[in-house]
Amino acid sequence: MADNNAAVQDNDQPLLMAEGLGKTYGRLSACRDVSFALYPGEVLAIVGESGSGKSTLLQLLSAQLAPSAGKVSYRMRDGVMRDLAALGEAERRFLFRTDWGYVHQDPVLGLRMAVSAGANVGERLMAVGWNHYGRIRDTATSWLERVEIDIERIDDAPRTYSGGMRQRLQIARNLVTEPRLVFMDEPTGGLDVSVQARLLDLMRNLVSELGLAAIVVTHDLAVARLLSHRVMVMKGGRVIETGLTDQVLDDPREPYTQLLVSSILPA
Amino acid sequence: MNAPVYNFAYLDEQTKRMIRRAVLKAIAIPGYQVPFASREMPMPYGWGTGGVQVTAAILGPDDVLKVIDQGSDDTTNAISIRKFFARTAGVATTTATADATVIQTRHRIPESPLHGGQVLVYQVPIPEPLRFLEPRETETRRMHALGEYGLMHVKLYEDIARFGHIATSYAYPVKVNARYVMDPSPTPKFDNPKMDNCPALQLFGAGREKRIYAIPPYTSVVSLDFEDHPFTRYRFDAPCALCGADDSYLDEIVTDDQGSRMFVCSDTDYCENRQAEGHRGSESAAPHKERPHG
Repeated sequence: MADNNAAVQDNDQPLLMAEGLGKTYGRLSACRDVSFALYPGEVLAIVGESGSGKSTLLQLLSAQLAPSAGKVSYRMRDGVMRDLAALGEAERRFLFRTDWGYVHQDPVLGLRMAVSAGANVGERLMAVGWNHYGRIRDTATSWLERVEIDIERIDDAPRTYSGGMRQRLQIARNLVTEPRLVFMDEPTGGLDVSVQARLLDLMRNLVSELGLAAIVVTHDLAVARLLSHRVMVMKGGRVIETGLTDQVLDDPREPYTQLLVSSILPA
Repeated sequence: MNAPVYNFAYLDEQTKRMIRRAVLKAIAIPGYQVPFASREMPMPYGWGTGGVQVTAAILGPDDVLKVIDQGSDDTTNAISIRKFFARTAGVATTTATADATVIQTRHRIPESPLHGGQVLVYQVPIPEPLRFLEPRETETRRMHALGEYGLMHVKLYEDIARFGHIATSYAYPVKVNARYVMDPSPTPKFDNPKMDNCPALQLFGAGREKRIYAIPPYTSVVSLDFEDHPFTRYRFDAPCALCGADDSYLDEIVTDDQGSRMFVCSDTDYCENRQAEGHRGSESAAPHKERPHG
């Protein structure tokens, strides 16, 4: 699995850096002038309403879209900061299935619905050359336990799973190679409130246990409050406010953020 | 009969050149699927249109052609294709594996070892080994290009998870020349070891899917597996009922509605040769008589 070189790395240096990032579609500007640094073990929430550029930004950061301006750099496991746009496709895909995770809002996009849960978790291991069935299965089993999926169901296909189980399976599938950075796109979208709570609790534990850095895109401020250390508020493709989570949510400066915070229904 | 006059081996010369170019490229990159402009052939897809085009492109007037279908020289498909080339190319045909220079095959590799100078042409229905795991062609091509074959092991994993062993028994994926993962066409996995380091040239033609791929002589062909679930060959645990062979791939033949069955060699040429040498099985009391084709 992952070598533990990451542990000796200096945590004072950023893991991911965005500099002047922008994406335009013709005259339409989906996202502009975004700069920030993400440090190892840090969870950053990107909040904003629909159409504010959150998902575009996430795709830019995870190198699924080429930026129109600016650049994203990432500290590889060897400690060298590399520009993502300069990586070859093979390197980028390797990064994507080892050092990164990507949790989709819809688990159907992130899972292979027709193959068993065990194989879904094991796929990344086999992709990096694991060639021992017993060990792959043991690892898959322990990950299913960690995400609270009944191990009796390891040989069932995820299409027989409930929405919450699918989302937990997707998380297990992503974390099995011990990534250092996980992108999450509305991880709790479409789930009912009690399932959301359980999933958030699980994610919070995993993130702190594994020391993961994560970038979570959400329109749900409660998710941001529970998971993240820092928050970036986006509107019209720009970052309008950024700061510590409690600071931004309890003492919003921008009128738009104030509006966003005040529009949470009282519990 | 006013049979139309065909070019030698049916296809026109330009088409043959195009196919030969694809074949050369395929040989240069073992296991890589080369696209080619597959033609309509006077037979339905699924009957070996890809194999027939490859055979037509490589056949010369002094070649000796053998055609087998599921190991047999005398099934409809084998007879039709043999006749087709006998008529359109006027080449000599044979059923003897050792005498043939070009062998077109569906679903089997002959039991007797092939020798240098022979060409084995496979008929391939679906050339893409990753097809049922990854439906996007753009994606499978990229995976081949980058050598990302983790997904192939997912299929084997699923087999073990469901059945306790690797239950894939035909079209068993192989890695050619330590680079490309390849579908060996629906041959039984019993035949997989014969592809490794084979002195003969092996060509694969998929007509409907418009792909040609190849294994040059003496190329390494490794069947994929897990360390704790290694690749195994499979054959019915019985001797051939006609020739007594205990090392050949067997067909199961149901003989009545009372559950009786017999096992016979799927390779008819191999079986007949053994019988001619005096080997006998449990069902061959009377000396075997017919040897109808020639």
